[in-house]
Amino acid sequence: MTATAPPRNAPEAGPDSGKSAGRGRLRPRIPARLRQGGLPYLLLLPAVLLELLIHIVPMVFGILISFKSLTLFYIRNWSTAPWSGFDNYKIAVKIHQPIGQALLHSFWVTLEFTVLSVGLSWLIGTAAAILMQESFRGRAVMRAIFLIPYALPVYATVITWTFMFQQNTGLVNHVLHDQLHLTSDKSFWLIGSNSFWALVIVSVWKSWPFAFLALMAGLQNIPRELYEAAAMDGAGVWQQIRKITMPSLRPVNQVLVLVLFLWTFNDFNTPFVLFGPSAPHQADLISIHIYQSSFITWNFGEGSAMSVLLLLFLLLVTAVYLLITSRKRGDADA
Amino acid sequence: MRTNRVIAATALVAALGLTATACGGGSSDDSSGKSGGSDKGVTLTYWASNQGTSLDNDKQVLTPELQKFQQQTGIKVKLEVVGWADLLNRILAATTSGDGPDVLNIGNTWSASLQATGALLPFDSTNFTAIGGQDRFAKSAIEAAGAAGKDPAAVPLYSMAYGLYYNKQMFAAAGLQPPKTWAELDTDAKKLTKGNVHGIAVEGSNGSENIHHAFVLAKQRGSDWFDSSGKPTFTTDANVAAVKQYVDFIADGEAAKGDAEYDQNQTITDFATGKAAMMMWQSAATSIKSHGMSPDQYGVVPVPTATEGATGDAGITSMVAGINMAVFKSTKHQSAALKFVKFMTSTPEQKILNKAYGSIPPVTEAQSDPAFQTADLKTLSSVLANSASPLPQVPNESQFETTVGTAIKDLFADAASGKSVTTDSVKAALQKAQSQMPAS
Repeated sequence: MTATAPPRNAPEAGPDSGKSAGRGRLRPRIPARLRQGGLPYLLLLPAVLLELLIHIVPMVFGILISFKSLTLFYIRNWSTAPWSGFDNYKIAVKIHQPIGQALLHSFWVTLEFTVLSVGLSWLIGTAAAILMQESFRGRAVMRAIFLIPYALPVYATVITWTFMFQQNTGLVNHVLHDQLHLTSDKSFWLIGSNSFWALVIVSVWKSWPFAFLALMAGLQNIPRELYEAAAMDGAGVWQQIRKITMPSLRPVNQVLVLVLFLWTFNDFNTPFVLFGPSAPHQADLISIHIYQSSFITWNFGEGSAMSVLLLLFLLLVTAVYLLITSRKRGDADA
Repeated sequence: MRTNRVIAATALVAALGLTATACGGGSSDDSSGKSGGSDKGVTLTYWASNQGTSLDNDKQVLTPELQKFQQQTGIKVKLEVVGWADLLNRILAATTSGDGPDVLNIGNTWSASLQATGALLPFDSTNFTAIGGQDRFAKSAIEAAGAAGKDPAAVPLYSMAYGLYYNKQMFAAAGLQPPKTWAELDTDAKKLTKGNVHGIAVEGSNGSENIHHAFVLAKQRGSDWFDSSGKPTFTTDANVAAVKQYVDFIADGEAAKGDAEYDQNQTITDFATGKAAMMMWQSAATSIKSHGMSPDQYGVVPVPTATEGATGDAGITSMVAGINMAVFKSTKHQSAALKFVKFMTSTPEQKILNKAYGSIPPVTEAQSDPAFQTADLKTLSSVLANSASPLPQVPNESQFETTVGTAIKDLFADAASGKSVTTDSVKAALQKAQSQMPAS
């Protein structure tokens, strides 16, 4: 640093004159200590303030609310809501009591839904990305078409699905029942047990293009020579996918699966637009469940407690997942 | 390094997750400054509910009236029509932040819940005097404006009542008279069900509709959903029987199975397009007309009772449906807001507005207008005056709508998919709903 600074004629007074020769003009206004180490922090300050404002403060409020009995009687001035200690949490985790039981049911439904949705989205996304890797006529068009569900506004697409799933007039029943005669009666998709599958179908339809996009980008980075060498050695397509493609995509997959999991687990829009504020029992996802527990029943303390529990679970999943996957990768690298 | 990355990613997830948790907070400033003197030049904000065929339609109806008010008083009213899907959440957000409209419409069933939040200006005798007195309003409508024994949290603006709408031509073709008892209705509905046409249509996935009918059917059996201390009593035999009677419309084939998933007013569409011979609905004239059915093609009679001409609770045929108008307590323009409420509930405005929306004026003086003397409105007015009862005015009313409304929706789903709906299964569903109610 100092080597490139222009030489100065007049020696500066002060304990560190040699070190800061180049910044002498700032000296009278900025104290020595700040000049030494403070500037980076000063530059960080706006970001820290915004981070506080946008993330930390709302988070702290969210956690505070979960320890309060914040019902409709107190929302007007919620600082007057009485502290309830861990009562909200106790209600939420007492799995033999109705509220805890319902939350646990909702948790299992959500987990099942998420695993299915992420699994299928990943599978379809991977298959499509690999198939689109070979160049052929119309490849660009196909890629664009595949990405449409990801580009469309969620509300518009899900409401279209709602119309298609209607029992009486929906397209799905028209095809399955009226034309293909696969079902003996027109099935219900938006109520009852099929509602779970309706939710999975819409969710996969909505998320696989993202998997496709991420994996397609990952595939571009695998050198072609690897495949050529493998082909020379007599490896078939499956072997190439297993031994070259999949290991090379590992870093992409690591992030992709985690992100898809978190998004799907937390998804609110899809079930809300599909079923309205009261989802069928069989498709009672946790985000809607929490919404019902706070916004519809006006019990924000309980809703917040459930949110914090959900957060803790997702944190745990994330931490365990990252530990496992990065250890594996560490082993593979070694 | 690896650990750092784990920690960083974990922290990021924490941040993203919890931001969604925190709902807007902050205490309201309690400056309900009563502005003395002239209110000229004041601008009020008014949230109107969606009463017309669309939000734009509401604007067209209300704007000329607001201009009239401005000419008379010099007070400007900034109108926002809020859809039903958003209204309650908007009110909650306004209540939490203390930053809301000056005047707003609320569904009258929310009155007691919103009253409990303390966000609305109570209409005590002083405030009632300021708008022309309490006795100008129909008694049942005032009863649906807050908990008993408390000053109402709002004043009635539009009133509605349930009636049984029937297709005249279908009834004539089958040689039937409109039913007066449930037994007659069941027989008629079965007779009228042929192929794709069903005897009756119900809005199975609409929680509020479900509640309104369950309330009336239970009332006719002398049962309430809350006891006098406000505790839920969902599982009384009468309540179970009431819910079962309603769900049996689908279980017995009198209504189409597809009705179980209706929640977009498809009931009205089915009735107006001849797919259903009857429906129980509130003030549906405008909507029926918009689907192309003319007023002479249908008739309206009171909803049936168990025995013909029943009186008292057994003779209740409707909830007191309607819209109330409230003043936000934190308004800085209370006297201007009250002037606006007085204007909207004045006899001439009541006539104009209720005519436009096909509802019944809760201001008794306005009811004599010829516009409200049509056959169907006369029936509904008489229901409102004689056989309507307000939904439970308890703070937990909205939870009641959610839990029981959803329970009935799920029972309809069972009935539609061929699962048998029994007294036991209804009782279990209501038991579950009750156990999810808050302890207060």
